[in-house]
Amino acid sequence: MRSRSFETLVAAGLVLIFTTAVLLLTGAPPLEAFSLLVRGSFGSVSKLARVLTVWVPLTLCACGLIYTFRIGLWNIGVEGQVILGAVGTTWALRAGAGHLPPGVLLALAMATGVLLGAGWSLAAGVLRTRGGVNEIFAGLGLNFVAQGVVLWLIFGPWKRPGVASMSGTVPFPPELWLPNFSWGRLSPVALGCAVGALVLTAWLLGRTRVGLFLRAVGGNPRAAHLLGLPPERYLLLAMVMAGGMAGLAGGIQVTAVYHRLIPAISSNYGYLALLVTMLAGFRLGPVAPIALFFAGLNVGSVQLPMALQLDSSLSGVIQGASVLAVLLAHGWGVHRARRQA
Amino acid sequence: MHIVLDDIHKRYGRVHANRGVSLEVRAGTIHGVLGENGAGKSTLMRILAGYTRPTSGRILLDGDEVRWRTPAEAVARGVGMLYQDPMDFLAMTALENYALGRPWVPARELRRDLEARAAELGFAVHPEMPLERLTVGERQQLELLRLLSLGVGVLILDEPTTGISGVQREILFAALRRLAEQGRSVLLVSHKLEDVEALCDEVTVLRQGAVAGRAERPFRTRELLEMMFGQPPAVPRRVAGAPGEPVLVFRDAWATGGRAGLRGCSTTIREGEVVGLAGVEGAGQNAFLRLAAGLNRPYRGGVEVCGAPAEGYRRLRQRGVAFLPSGRLEEGLVAGLSVLDHFALGRTRIPFLAPWRGAAERAEGAIRRYRIRGEPGTPVEALSGGNQQRVLLALLPERPRLLLLESPTRGLDLESAHWVWEQLLAHKARGTTIVFSSPELDEILMVAERVLVFHDGALVADVKAAETSVAELGSAIAGKTPPAPARTPSPEAVVEAP
Repeated sequence: MRSRSFETLVAAGLVLIFTTAVLLLTGAPPLEAFSLLVRGSFGSVSKLARVLTVWVPLTLCACGLIYTFRIGLWNIGVEGQVILGAVGTTWALRAGAGHLPPGVLLALAMATGVLLGAGWSLAAGVLRTRGGVNEIFAGLGLNFVAQGVVLWLIFGPWKRPGVASMSGTVPFPPELWLPNFSWGRLSPVALGCAVGALVLTAWLLGRTRVGLFLRAVGGNPRAAHLLGLPPERYLLLAMVMAGGMAGLAGGIQVTAVYHRLIPAISSNYGYLALLVTMLAGFRLGPVAPIALFFAGLNVGSVQLPMALQLDSSLSGVIQGASVLAVLLAHGWGVHRARRQA
Repeated sequence: MHIVLDDIHKRYGRVHANRGVSLEVRAGTIHGVLGENGAGKSTLMRILAGYTRPTSGRILLDGDEVRWRTPAEAVARGVGMLYQDPMDFLAMTALENYALGRPWVPARELRRDLEARAAELGFAVHPEMPLERLTVGERQQLELLRLLSLGVGVLILDEPTTGISGVQREILFAALRRLAEQGRSVLLVSHKLEDVEALCDEVTVLRQGAVAGRAERPFRTRELLEMMFGQPPAVPRRVAGAPGEPVLVFRDAWATGGRAGLRGCSTTIREGEVVGLAGVEGAGQNAFLRLAAGLNRPYRGGVEVCGAPAEGYRRLRQRGVAFLPSGRLEEGLVAGLSVLDHFALGRTRIPFLAPWRGAAERAEGAIRRYRIRGEPGTPVEALSGGNQQRVLLALLPERPRLLLLESPTRGLDLESAHWVWEQLLAHKARGTTIVFSSPELDEILMVAERVLVFHDGALVADVKAAETSVAELGSAIAGKTPPAPARTPSPEAVVEAP
């Protein structure tokens, strides 16, 4: 445990040094940039609300990815699963608007998003178990298809009357929006979903046999089979859990954030969640704080261009550098441990 | 080379694997390192070979103290080791493996060198053959030649006779004697008395990480056994009983798997029988067991278990068929999971929650009963090979109808093997049928009532254990003599000649 916190310290140091070097190279004052990042994300209650709005989908996706990583699957398709969740929710809202009470419709729409995300993920899973297609390639392929589906819907069947545009479909009436807290633009339902996902995952993986079985199948599918487990079923279960949570994230993007379907509905949160999970060492515990850190960077970097004429992609640089630094520090730790053995 | 190990200690966390071991090997001698599983033999040899570093202690080579950081450094100074599981590259050819660890030499020259060295020691090599198509014995010979060509003067062999045929063992031992005559020092690690007695000039016995005694040729078996175990182990008794209904029926079954697959096998095994499967590695025994377990399907013919076709491993498992694979970490256990985790996996009756409490009881019980050196929380990959085998055996269901075992005592010392067989044969009294394969003919003759011999995928002999001998079985295994006449307990059993 001590060595792990030491690794984290080393990694944090590396990130700081690297980012400072990048800032110095571009001629920006590093201290001011860092302080802008912090003030821009956690400087006020409304900013915190925006950070948490990003934190919700990141946490949901990262939670889902814990299942797939635990069984040894690289669910790159999480991005497409977010998109399909958003599509499913939008479809249900469009189909049910006016026929059902808003509360019921919202719940049904979110459920549709979950189902579609899970189904999209299941497709990658079946391609893997039945077709022998590596889940990385299946997921990546399905991501492109999902992006294509969204564009087609926005510019085709669901286009705004008159003009189709990149700004997305017609916004839903406010009664179909998830309500916000009084103090900021953050939906308590969305927050509840993310916290719920964390609790559910902790319980499933820690207390029930699911976590143990996922680890067993991931560790050695042949042995798991001989010990009486059905490896395929658990592979698919992990994919469904990941896809369902990603789908929920997509649904929340529609009902709580954008109130319509837009081409960039996933905002790359799926890919970002992959980084979060890796940074968390594939463990659930650190997911929430790391997702918060990433969300803070994302929101905080928005004002960098205005204040310092810096590109807001600095947050991406820091996020990427964090993952590399952690992997490096971890590899170094393993190497040292091996040396000592 | 003259080797001295002086007061070697090695700790892995709380495990004290070597406790002040001292050992001396004179140049030109073959020195045995004997001990039961987990006695610290492999650890000690890995330290000498530079694979692991000692916690404390000195290594002296011809009087100079050496400290290796890598096995390559040890090889450069003339100390080479043949590991228990060959450390080679299966996808590469024999010649490519031979080329490893040396400066570049033209392939033709290297090939000539390899063939000359092989001829000198009476080894058969296939330079262009991918390693995955060679037997363990052939891979071992190749690795030995490679080390010798690198100028190794000290050879360490860790359990070299596990998984190789009797013929290969004789060739290996002759080669080792010749190498010793040339002035090289050989260290032979083994838990088999017969290996040490056949080959070694001197022996050091380890018990629980410390030196339990030394002896010189001529050895007294009883004395060695006492050093190894404290007291000589008892031989398990064969349990007699009349066989009952057919449990396992093969009808002209053909299947792939193993080196030769299975070719046209027909036989019937009845309730309560204990049947040993003999043959060189991959001659059909394991293909037989895997068909019976429903892990593979015949492409021709049929297999029936308890009166129904053998289809689907999980279904058969529910019907009381248990299968024990020979690859421990490959197929049997999940690396990364603890002993306790494995027991929690096995219990599937409770629907959803992890049965931690029951599993903890079972794990602790198994550790006590099977004398596993480890704790419930120990990851299985941290256990020694013999202890992993004990965990696998402990995971077998309690009241199986049909036990299918691939080399069940692989890597176990004599005492543990006997103890395991006592446990397994106790099942027989309750009507369990046991079918097992083993590379050791002695083991088969000791516990089995009936022996099936496989050669090149075909069932070539089916004899009663009481009416045959090691020599007779040995020649059937080699496929050199006409198959022994069938003496099967039922008229259905047909013996197929290859």
